[in-house]
Amino acid sequence: MSLSVQELRVYYQTLHGEVRALDGVSFSIADGEIMGLAGESGCGKTTLGYSLVRLSPPRRLVSGRAVLDGEELPLGDPDAMRRFGWKGVSIVPQFAMSALNPRRRIGGMIAELLAARKLRYLELLPELERRLDLVRLPAAVLAMYPFELSGGMRQRMVLVLSTLLNPSLLVADEVTSALDVSIQRAVAQLLAEFRDRGLVKSMLVITHDLAVLYQIADTIAVMYAGKLVEKASADVIIRAPRHPYTRLLISSLPEIGARHARCRLKGIPGQPPSLLNPPLGCRFRARCPAVSDQCGEEPPLREVAAGHQVACWQQPC
Amino acid sequence: MPRYFARKLLIYALTFVLAVTIDWLIPRFMPGDPIANMLARVSVNTNAAQVMHDYYAHVFGLDLPLWRQYLNFWGRLLQGDLGISLYLFPTPVTQVIARALPYDILLLVPAILLSWFAGNRFGALAARNRWLDNVVSPVAYLFTAMPYMWLAILLAWYLGLVLGILPIAGAYAFSLHPAWSAAFGLSLLQHWFLPFLSLFLVGFGGQAIGMRNLIIYELEADYARYLEALGAPQRLVRKHAFGNAMLPQITGLALALGVVVAGALVTEVVFSYPGIGSLLLAAIQRQDYFLIQGCFLFIIIGVLLGNFIVDIAYVVLDPRTRRGMTGEPA
Repeated sequence: MSLSVQELRVYYQTLHGEVRALDGVSFSIADGEIMGLAGESGCGKTTLGYSLVRLSPPRRLVSGRAVLDGEELPLGDPDAMRRFGWKGVSIVPQFAMSALNPRRRIGGMIAELLAARKLRYLELLPELERRLDLVRLPAAVLAMYPFELSGGMRQRMVLVLSTLLNPSLLVADEVTSALDVSIQRAVAQLLAEFRDRGLVKSMLVITHDLAVLYQIADTIAVMYAGKLVEKASADVIIRAPRHPYTRLLISSLPEIGARHARCRLKGIPGQPPSLLNPPLGCRFRARCPAVSDQCGEEPPLREVAAGHQVACWQQPC
Repeated sequence: MPRYFARKLLIYALTFVLAVTIDWLIPRFMPGDPIANMLARVSVNTNAAQVMHDYYAHVFGLDLPLWRQYLNFWGRLLQGDLGISLYLFPTPVTQVIARALPYDILLLVPAILLSWFAGNRFGALAARNRWLDNVVSPVAYLFTAMPYMWLAILLAWYLGLVLGILPIAGAYAFSLHPAWSAAFGLSLLQHWFLPFLSLFLVGFGGQAIGMRNLIIYELEADYARYLEALGAPQRLVRKHAFGNAMLPQITGLALALGVVVAGALVTEVVFSYPGIGSLLLAAIQRQDYFLIQGCFLFIIIGVLLGNFIVDIAYVVLDPRTRRGMTGEPA
C-alpha cells in the first residue's frame, strides 16, 4: 500500500466562513497504481492534490490523516512536510508553465534545490540528462532560462524535475489541460511511462478530462462538491458507472460516430451546491434524476462490487 | 547587443534635445522681465534705467529675436557655457552650481543609499515576521505618509529648539568660513544631521513598504509555491523571492540617485541648506533665466544618466532583458 488517506477534511477560511472544499475523503492508492481524480471545476480535486503536498493558509486541515509507505504525513504542519516534499510526495502543479523562476537558469536552480538536501548536482547530472532525453528535451535546456523554452517544454521540464528523486507519489494536477489534443496524448503517455519505468511509484492524476484518464489511469475516482462519489477501475467507471452523477458526466461526453445534430449532447442541469454551507444529505440531490426521500441522509461510500465503491442509496450492496 | 545600446543612446539623445529645449522655453514663458527685476534693486531715474535696461538686455542677448536666442543658447551650451547668473551677477552659472552641488551630494547620496539599504532590509524582514510586520509597517507608513517639511519642522523643533542639541539652519555655523579644518568639519556634520535624518526617515518608510509588499507578492508567485512544494527550505524560497523583488527596487534607487542634483527643495528651505534646491527656488523667484536653465540642465542629465544605469543594470540582472536585446520575440 503506497498511500492511504482517511476522512480528509480541508476547509478554506474566507471572510464569509469556511468553505468545505474537501469534506471527508478516504481512498488509497496501491504501489504502481495510477489513480485518476475527475470532477468538475470547484469540486475539490486540486485541493485534494495540493493538501497531500503542502497545506498552507487559507487551507486548513480539519481532520483526517494520510499514510505514505507506512509513515504518517504531517499534513497540518507545512514545515514538517518539507521533508516529504519531492521525495515522498511530489507534484506537477497546475501552473507548471510558470513554475520555474524566470530569472534563474534551470540547471542552477536544480543544483540549489539539490544542495538544500545535501545532494550533489554533478552526481545526479547523468540521470537528469537521461530523463531529459526520455521526455525528448536536449541537455542544453539546463543552461537556459525558463522563458527560452516553449510552454510544452517547460511542462516536460517540470515533470522531469518533480520526479528526479523518484517520489513515492506524484500528484499530476491538470497537466494536460492547457495542451492541444495531440500533445495531451503524448504527455499522458509520458506519465504512464514514468510509472512503468519505476521512476514514480504511484500517481494521482487530477483532471476534468475523462478521455485522458481512460488512457492512462488504472482506477478513477469521481468527486462531487468536496466528496468522493464513486471509485472503480477505469474501465468500470467509463463503461458501467453506477452513481447518477458519474453516469450523467459520462453521457455528457461526445461519442465518436454519434450524430449530435439528431440527438443533442446532454449536460447536467443545475449547478453544484455552494460549499460555504453545503446542504445536508447527498450533495447531488438537487440535480439527481433518481432522487428519493432517503437522500436527505448522507450516503456513505460503500463497496458495491470488488474494487467498486459508490456513495448512493440507490445502489444495492 | 551593440544595436540595443545604439538604439538606446539615440533615444536618450533625442530626449536630451527635447528636454533641454523645454528647459530653455519654460523660464521665457514666465510673465515679467528679468532685467527690470534686477534693476528694481537699484534706484535710478527713469532715463538712466532705460539705458541700463538696454545695456543689460544686450549683454545677456535678450534683445535678439527668440530663434537667435535659442541658437545662441545651444551654441554656448555645446561649449560648456551656461551663461551668467542674473541674480548673482556677475558669477557664471556653472560656478554658482558647482558651489551648491557638494552640499546636495553630501546630503542626498547618503540619505538615499542608507534609506534604500535599511528600508529593503527591514521590509524583507517584515514580510516574513508577523511581529516585526506589526511594528515596522505602521511606522513605515507613518513616515512615508508624513509631508516632508512637516517631519523636518518637527525634528527641527524637537531636536533643535526643545533639546537644543543640533543647529537648525545653514550648512555650517555662521561664524565659520569653509576651510579644511576640524572645527569646520564638525560644524558641517552637525548641520548636516537634521536634514539628513528627515530625508532618511521618509525614504526609509517608502522603501520598507515597497519591499515588504514586493516580497509578499513574490512569495505568492507560482515559482515560489513550486519550490515550497518540492520541500525547499524556507531560506531558499526567500532567496529567490528576494532576488526577484529587488529588480523594481534597483530601478527606484537609480532614478532617485538621478535626481540628486535637483536637491531636496523643501528640506533645504526648512533648514536653510545651501543646496541646488534652495538655489533653484531663488532663481525662479528672481526670474534668473540662466540659473534656472543651468539647474534644470543638471537635473535632465542626472535623470537620463540614472535611466541609462538602470538599462545597463537590467541587462546584467534580468536575463529576460538580454533576450529582448537580441531581437528574439520575448
